[in-house]
Amino acid sequence: MTIPLRTRLPIRFRGRSYLALVLTPEAPIEDWFAGLDAWSVQSPGFFRTRPVVVDVSNVATGKADVEALVAAFGERGIRLVGIEGAMPSWVGPHLPPLFTSGREVEPPVLADAPAPKPDPAPANPRRRPAPEAAAKAAQPAPAPTPAREARKEPSSLLITEPVRSGQSIFFPDGDVTVTESVASGAEIIAGGSIHIYGALRGRAIAGCAGNKAARIFCRKMDAELLAIDGLYRTTEDLAPDLVGKPIQAWLEGDAMKVAALG
Amino acid sequence: MAKVLVVTSGKGGVGKTTSTAALGAALAQTGKKVAVVDFDVGLRNLDLIMGAERRVVYDLINVVQGDAKLSQALIRDKRLENLHLLPASQTRDKDALTEEGVERVIGELKAEFDWIVCDSPAGIERGATLAMRFADVAVIVTNPEVSSVRDSDRIIGLLDAKTKKAEDGGRVEKHLLVTRYDRARAERGEMLKTDDVIEILSVPLLGVIPESEEVLKASNLGTPVTILSPLSAPGRAYTDAARRLIGDVVPMTIPAERRGLMTKLFGRRAA
Repeated sequence: MTIPLRTRLPIRFRGRSYLALVLTPEAPIEDWFAGLDAWSVQSPGFFRTRPVVVDVSNVATGKADVEALVAAFGERGIRLVGIEGAMPSWVGPHLPPLFTSGREVEPPVLADAPAPKPDPAPANPRRRPAPEAAAKAAQPAPAPTPAREARKEPSSLLITEPVRSGQSIFFPDGDVTVTESVASGAEIIAGGSIHIYGALRGRAIAGCAGNKAARIFCRKMDAELLAIDGLYRTTEDLAPDLVGKPIQAWLEGDAMKVAALG
Repeated sequence: MAKVLVVTSGKGGVGKTTSTAALGAALAQTGKKVAVVDFDVGLRNLDLIMGAERRVVYDLINVVQGDAKLSQALIRDKRLENLHLLPASQTRDKDALTEEGVERVIGELKAEFDWIVCDSPAGIERGATLAMRFADVAVIVTNPEVSSVRDSDRIIGLLDAKTKKAEDGGRVEKHLLVTRYDRARAERGEMLKTDDVIEILSVPLLGVIPESEEVLKASNLGTPVTILSPLSAPGRAYTDAARRLIGDVVPMTIPAERRGLMTKLFGRRAA
């Protein structure tokens, strides 16, 4: 998202309404979460694309309770867009905002309602890179609080360790940045662009979900294969004078261009 | 504090067993209490290299399965009294190893020894993953050739993912040992240079062992090269590597061509 730096431009406010799912935890809280977990196992991903509000009126008596609840939801990958039934003093800037005056809607209506189309910026669910290799190889980023995640979604994966032979990093949601080398026999698959600050000796597959604008950048080109949006080139098809150089690769029409950087 | 060291590689035939014996003996020569453990179940070679093949009664599998006590299976080296060997079984297959059993045996060894040096089988299968499972330190043995380097890279990835230490959020200390290095050939471009190997693997260098007939002779005589000829180029390189493992600062010597020639002449005369 870019914000043009023109002055005096009126800001547009737009209204949009979503159907939020309200969860109402009950004491004893451990049992309630156990029930939620059991339910989530049967419908994984149910909460991913739904705005979720938690009604804490049954279980919370102070700020600490609210924080613990938000953290417990965060651990389960459920991000909250708001809190209901709390005192204003219980909710700080690090927690989801306090909602009041919500109107109740019958659950069947919710089930029949078209899936809410959230604004891409604020409410897009953060999906994890699919295979375990990505999670393993990726340095766990400092976990942002659920509240922050709900507001701003990171769409890039940062890897600060060498990607070893046999590892496969799959991140369909955005860019992948590797600060070390990618070994021969390793592969990086990204929905967006791929940035490698070490040597690229393995495979780099950018724009895997159909993104023609994706690019591949690397500091030292020694790749086995470069691919963008399904079009690929192996090292044999590349000009030999590019080997060992910093390069970028991009698509121009149906052809992949590879050129030295800088 | 006992340390568990695994000597591993992706590719076979790069010198894991030789390096295990040489490093184990060199560590014992510094006064540490050392057990070398052969995890290459089904093949069993470490006892040959250590010259103990005729003294094997019980083996690792017997201990893992509770058929023998650890003290019954450990073979004390005839030359160094603080060096012990736990041999592998040749008659069983590698599936006889269980994770719980290995953990128990490693725990018992830890109570008694300063260093437990595990000789891993090659590859990425069960035997190799079990050998590295409880390691604190890993020595990755690599020849200066591309296939060996790529397979080592794969193994380093496993060390960062499949070991107990990594799963607990820790890090296995990793060292690179380049074996069968021939400086003249590396300079002619016939094999990879050490710097290239380090750059590709990005693991700190523990030592470079020169290609030498001394190593072959030592293994055929059943004596670790650090005991048979401690002053030869490979003997010195292994001793230096072992000292680096216990934390000494030893300047790195990349083997020179001249010394290789000398040992060749010397080796021929002795043989």
